[in-house]
Amino acid sequence: MQNPYLPYPVRIDAIDVATEDKSLKTFRFSFLDSEDEKKFNYKSGQFAELSIPGVGEIPIGIASSPTEKGFLTFTVFKTGKVTSYLHEMKSGDIMGIRGPLGNWYPWETLAGKNVLIVGGGFAFTTLRSSIKMMLAPENRSKFGTIDVVYGARSPGMLLYKEELTAWEKRDDINMHITVDATEDSTWAYHTGFVPALTETAAPAASDDTYAIVCGPPVMIKFTLPVLEKLGYRHDRIIMSLENRMKCGIGMCGRCNIGTELVCKDGPVFTLADINLTPSEF
Amino acid sequence: MTILTIDKKCWEEGLDRARSAYTLVGPAPEAEALGFRELCATEYPVMDGSQTRLSPKSVVFPPSQVMMSCPLKEGDAKQNIYESVEIGTSPRAVVGIRPNDAKAIALLQLNFDTDEYKDPYVMAAFEACTFIGLAVSTPSATDFSTSCGTGPFDESALDILLIDDNDRYLTTVITDKGAAWAAAAGFCTEAEDGAEGLIQAKKEAAESAITTTIAFNRIKEKTVLDLYNADHWEKTTFACLNCGACTYACPTCWCFDIQDEVHDGTSYRIRHWDSCMSSLFTLHGSGHNPRETSTQRIRQRFMHKLKYFQDKYDHGIMCVGCGRCIEQCPAGIDIRNICDTMNREGIRG
Repeated sequence: MQNPYLPYPVRIDAIDVATEDKSLKTFRFSFLDSEDEKKFNYKSGQFAELSIPGVGEIPIGIASSPTEKGFLTFTVFKTGKVTSYLHEMKSGDIMGIRGPLGNWYPWETLAGKNVLIVGGGFAFTTLRSSIKMMLAPENRSKFGTIDVVYGARSPGMLLYKEELTAWEKRDDINMHITVDATEDSTWAYHTGFVPALTETAAPAASDDTYAIVCGPPVMIKFTLPVLEKLGYRHDRIIMSLENRMKCGIGMCGRCNIGTELVCKDGPVFTLADINLTPSEF
Repeated sequence: MTILTIDKKCWEEGLDRARSAYTLVGPAPEAEALGFRELCATEYPVMDGSQTRLSPKSVVFPPSQVMMSCPLKEGDAKQNIYESVEIGTSPRAVVGIRPNDAKAIALLQLNFDTDEYKDPYVMAAFEACTFIGLAVSTPSATDFSTSCGTGPFDESALDILLIDDNDRYLTTVITDKGAAWAAAAGFCTEAEDGAEGLIQAKKEAAESAITTTIAFNRIKEKTVLDLYNADHWEKTTFACLNCGACTYACPTCWCFDIQDEVHDGTSYRIRHWDSCMSSLFTLHGSGHNPRETSTQRIRQRFMHKLKYFQDKYDHGIMCVGCGRCIEQCPAGIDIRNICDTMNREGIRG
């Protein structure tokens, strides 16, 4: 019987400061045992527990794509006990990863469909995984148009800037990047909030078009009415939720929204599903 | 199904005989109350039919439990690599458990043994147990177990059922596990032909002594949001102090926390019982709390037990009618009243 609480041992291979305020760092991990990597078979949208012995665990969305082999990446906001400790760790340190956990964006349903991704702030991590996966040569033909609306407070707070620039140059993905405001005269993209840009940039609603929305509560609050106005049905709007978690496997009882456990039945739900549950997230 | 008769004069001798193969677990004094715990070689289970203050769920799901450990010392080859503690699988005889408490332990399995994941600590403990129940001859005023799919003589989660009959126990051997324990104890005298009828009469007498019932049939039919948004919650739960006594006493509450502790250079990952009554239970790192108020938290407890559990498992409610939460609530909140209200009232009360 596999012990689902036991983390796989991993090594931190690289740490990159992800934003200008240094509140986010991207950690790249490799498994100490290559057999563990084979067992860690994940899909974009899933999360894992980053496990630091003596400190604790924290559930974080997986930022790397299943198409990227040999490592896992996570972009982590420094906020509590575990993430603050993690931010002080260094390359070469050993820790644990437990997962993959939860469900994923519904890639089976999304095959052959147009995908609109709406992301904000540091919730862009599993969206980065999704874009990277969809753009992989072996996968791109499986999807229709791909549009990405992504915003941050300022240019320095955008994650994965090099990749954003590279995606911007491609003709098989439509990038719509914005910042709330900037005094940077060289800023070549949009300014303004994500919901406003979504209204003008999102593809027309249709049975074949799905929106994946992931961002801070205020962004979600104002983006959902925009999507509704554009005609997106609630079962075509896909969201990833967060709640406090411990076990990550549906047993410890704290992350539920009604009958659904965010850690195991989610974190990915359609808005139609969420409408049937208490809004305890 | 075999029915044995055990002379109470031979009871302790039999328990001692079985100790060579089984660790004995049962009701015993704990601080100022009756607890349920492992018994030392000179102790015997209290068999007077009293209900333990905390439930016997601790037999498979201890209040605190080390799950894994690892060294933190620089240079140690195992530094920061957690390994599971050894999970004990030696047989345990759980003697004197109430039938509905055993039923509660069976309900816990629905959470800890799923298609996707199995909790190895709970499952191993459960597998190691032989449940030797004591029928409840005199139900208390707060016992409503017969409404909850169990009852004072419920055999469904037991390996053996003992029925007190003056100077003897009538003993229904239900499973092979139960037969193995009876054999190890040397209990092998078959009861007289009329024993089955005697047990049935005692069962009916005990069940008819239960005077309160609850109904939850309409809860199943209502939507989650109708029940959640109903008007009565402030009124029915205003007295709740969020002390959590109900969750700790409850035989079916399974929520837990996981914490790391460091002692002498070794890290221990420990599971502790937790409570949905605590604001920390759901507090996000950002400071946001989806269940910020007292009412939201106690509503979660009742919605979980009486609605979410029903919908998720189709296995009745997450309650075995033991009455501990009613007896121990300092604010006088009675799950029977809440359940009746949820069952009776519509969305606007």
